[in-house]
Amino acid sequence: MATNSFFVNLDQIFILLRNWLVGFLPAVLRPAAGVVLGVIAIVCVFPGLFALTTVFERKGLGRIQNRIGPNRVGPYGLLQPIADGIKSLTKEDIVPLSANAAVHFLAPMVLVVTVFMGFAVLPMGRNMVLVDMDAGLLFFFAMGAATELSVFMAGWSSRNKYSLLGAMRAVAQMISYEVVLLLSSVSVVMITGSLSLPKIVAAQSQYTNGFPHWYIFTPWGLAGFIMYAIAATAETNRSPFDLPEGESELVAGYHTEYSGFKFALFFLGEYLAMFSISGLGTTLFLGGWSAPFSFLTWVPSWFWFFGKVMLSIFVFIWMRGTLPRLRQDQLMNFAWKFVLPFTLLNLLVTALWRFMGEGWARWVVCTVILVAAYVVMGRLEMRSEHFGRRSYRYAE
Amino acid sequence: MSLTFYLLAALTLAGGLAAVLLKHLVHCALAVTVAFAGLALLFLQLDAQFAGFAQILVYIGAVAILIVFAILLTRGSDLPKDGVFSKTWYLGLVIAAGVFAVLGWAVLASVRAIPQQDVVPTVTVHDIGIALVGRYVLPLEIVALLLTAATIGAVIVAMHEKERAK
Repeated sequence: MATNSFFVNLDQIFILLRNWLVGFLPAVLRPAAGVVLGVIAIVCVFPGLFALTTVFERKGLGRIQNRIGPNRVGPYGLLQPIADGIKSLTKEDIVPLSANAAVHFLAPMVLVVTVFMGFAVLPMGRNMVLVDMDAGLLFFFAMGAATELSVFMAGWSSRNKYSLLGAMRAVAQMISYEVVLLLSSVSVVMITGSLSLPKIVAAQSQYTNGFPHWYIFTPWGLAGFIMYAIAATAETNRSPFDLPEGESELVAGYHTEYSGFKFALFFLGEYLAMFSISGLGTTLFLGGWSAPFSFLTWVPSWFWFFGKVMLSIFVFIWMRGTLPRLRQDQLMNFAWKFVLPFTLLNLLVTALWRFMGEGWARWVVCTVILVAAYVVMGRLEMRSEHFGRRSYRYAE
Repeated sequence: MSLTFYLLAALTLAGGLAAVLLKHLVHCALAVTVAFAGLALLFLQLDAQFAGFAQILVYIGAVAILIVFAILLTRGSDLPKDGVFSKTWYLGLVIAAGVFAVLGWAVLASVRAIPQQDVVPTVTVHDIGIALVGRYVLPLEIVALLLTAATIGAVIVAMHEKERAK
């Protein structure tokens, strides 16, 4: 019994810590102070993770490319992000002469603020959600939509052709894949019947024979998760969808003209967007903070959430080291001719799953439909495409 | 009326005024975005979560981006030499005043027509969803049909040019 309550306390350690700290204040201030502490925790933890991830990514990419990666600052190069941080803080902040100063200044702030807002609704552990909103998922996507504007602001205000091209590519790409991102999440909402993220996690944290009810373990959930992952990679401008900032084509895309700490803010915003979108994917399809097996439920829930997020980050890095960049027309064709129709079909399959009731019949029917659609759309249709020599098309 | 309301109203009005008065088209588009954000916050202040988030998602995420794209893809991002203000601005003022009068009359009339409720109704996203596919399913379907027609129209317009190029 004693060990049991120890694990319960470990699971709720951050909540207990917050309540203990808030306890020092008069009762009137307590709710507000609790929220402020939650915000401070988010604002500290995710940039910390960002610092770790930069080392992790450079090391990982180094290994994939058969080199060692950063190894000079601190043991195994672990202090590299601190050196990078000091460097970007002390660098001169250059604003181009013809740049639109106000918009140029605002763009990185808008990006970082909107990305941070998204974390407010993510359940990072049992009871660990800053705002338990009735329309949490909608809030998350609303904030994601606002980041597009900051990308445009950055690209346009720099008065640089590379920046503007990067921004145009980024916005076109984000609009196309945002549709898929939303529609693939809708299937989860259809099954759960709620837009509240804690409720979605609660619906998945049940076990039969020791295995969890994660949505990824259903035919529609697996298809939805794959579509979500593709769209998430494109939304965060990660390779193989990194056209907006492809260094070999556009210097650095929309943030070419940013230096010093503003550049660091863009860098931070991009990684934070990766964390938040992985966090949402974890919440929607991978069971959020729930344990992968029922005998592992004693492990603290926040461990599982952050573990799953870091696993997704690892997959992001792995893909970046492995896949070549797409071309713009390939990117658009892929979004509108394959991913979007497949996601729409997945919505129908989800509805079918919902109304066929329990039993093995729905497993067979849904799997057959999805596999058949993949074979027809992804394989047979491709056969009619003639992949000849690479041709280059230029804008008229 | 609380302080929050006045702050948000000031933000929205400032955004709207800036959108009309600024000289640079892209600045105007960004100012419109501020006005949209102010409206969304007003909805949220009234506890209308769905309307507020939908406002951000649709107006900031899609409409503002569309405006900006339209400005960039046409030549509108350069400053015209003979000023951006139309010579028939007073006509626009008359039309705007007329629209405002009709809307204001409709709002004021509805206050008189519908008796004041003491209890603030709580409308959840769930309720809105039920209403949309229940009572208002026909308008929803008509709007969906209209949007599909518009999408197909856009695709046809885009395709036409490609065929001519061949």
